[in-house]
Amino acid sequence: MIAPHGGRLINRIVTGAERDRLIDAASSMPKIRLNARETADVDMIGNGAMSPLQGFMNQADYNAVLDQKRLASGLPWAIPIVLATKDGDDASKYEEGKDVALEDENGQLTAILHLESKWQADKTREAKAVLLTDEDAHPGVQYLNSIGDWYLGGRISVVNRIAYDKFNQYRLDPVDTRVLFDKKGWKTVVAFQTRNPIHRAHEYLTKCALEICDGLLIHPLVGETKSDDIPADTRVKCYEALMEKYYPADRVVMSVYPQAMRYAGPREAILHAIVRKNYGVTHFIVGRDHAGVGSYYGTYDAQNIFNEYEDGEMDITPLMFEHSFFCKETGGMASSKTSASDKEMRVFLSGTKVREMLTNGEVPPAEFTRPEVAKILIEAMQQKVEA
Amino acid sequence: MKETKVTVKIPRPLYRKIQMVIEESGFSSPTDFIVFVLRDLVGEAELHLSKGKEEASASDLDAVKHKLKNLGYL
Repeated sequence: MIAPHGGRLINRIVTGAERDRLIDAASSMPKIRLNARETADVDMIGNGAMSPLQGFMNQADYNAVLDQKRLASGLPWAIPIVLATKDGDDASKYEEGKDVALEDENGQLTAILHLESKWQADKTREAKAVLLTDEDAHPGVQYLNSIGDWYLGGRISVVNRIAYDKFNQYRLDPVDTRVLFDKKGWKTVVAFQTRNPIHRAHEYLTKCALEICDGLLIHPLVGETKSDDIPADTRVKCYEALMEKYYPADRVVMSVYPQAMRYAGPREAILHAIVRKNYGVTHFIVGRDHAGVGSYYGTYDAQNIFNEYEDGEMDITPLMFEHSFFCKETGGMASSKTSASDKEMRVFLSGTKVREMLTNGEVPPAEFTRPEVAKILIEAMQQKVEA
Repeated sequence: MKETKVTVKIPRPLYRKIQMVIEESGFSSPTDFIVFVLRDLVGEAELHLSKGKEEASASDLDAVKHKLKNLGYL
């Protein structure tokens, strides 16, 4: 089984007397109400999905991540995982060396932050380093502008797991997926994630990957996304439909990935790969413009960034794919790497065109989208229009 | 207000070595580095302390298998 990032799977979920003690003490601690992104981060730090992180980053890790795409220890890591004060918060109430109670979005106590490091955020510096832009149009910049001006770092102790109201049948912790892969006898597992609906091209990539791996983990991101992204419910329904008919049941499992999107393109591809390693995954599909938004990143930047690390540092193997499509000449799926056909023989529709067709109730060609998926997407689009 | 930090003395040659080690690293000062290393060691020590509990995790493993079975994964 592939080792977790940093060598061991972190578990910051406390139980028994320690949990009782922290819950009792929490009432006299200063509090922070977490936003959706931070709530998901707490969950994923607690269950080890973000190993070796034991909490929100301190300033040394944060600086190293921004400047070197590494933690201060030297381990690869490309996205800051930080907790911010909230707008209007008086940061002086949070003292280094003292504990802070963290509440989820509903005000329920979820964790205790053992505050070790507090510093004033330089949001422009962070935006330029991580998102490669400080333009307000970028959703990651909008997020930075929505939070307070101070970051609070330190280990956390999770006292109450987040109570999710969706996808509970698909919520597996890294320890669960590791046991699952072991029980299935899978030595190599490839993970696939997209925040877009799954079309034939995506299906093709996953099946190419499955040709060289024992199992496939479909791991859709269900954390916070932009309001105009296809909602997670719809995407999960599409996967369910596909899995029922088009994938071998004994080689494919689906679980959900709770993290919020950062839209940080190449740097976020590194995060997505590292976290999948913690789930016991050995290979990770990195497509074109992975985790990108608008035209902020180059088509293959999210693939090329893996070359910035030495061989073996990441451990997990990125599987990089070219643009793929149905080729009328050969009558099968292909990519720009494997097809000899001219452009007009390739069935490709832009995202805008697909959205337009779906909104009008038109079914895209079967070479582009499976009819079961098209049906789900049309229903979702029409519900959205009606709303 | 109660001081939240204390002073710890270390040999000067060691301090100088640390200064060299952290050059061009993400650590902004020897103090940052020392705190990082100590936290890691303390974390490891805590892990060993709780190892008895972790090794008793045959029951945890059963719980995971039970969860996977209930959810239809196994």
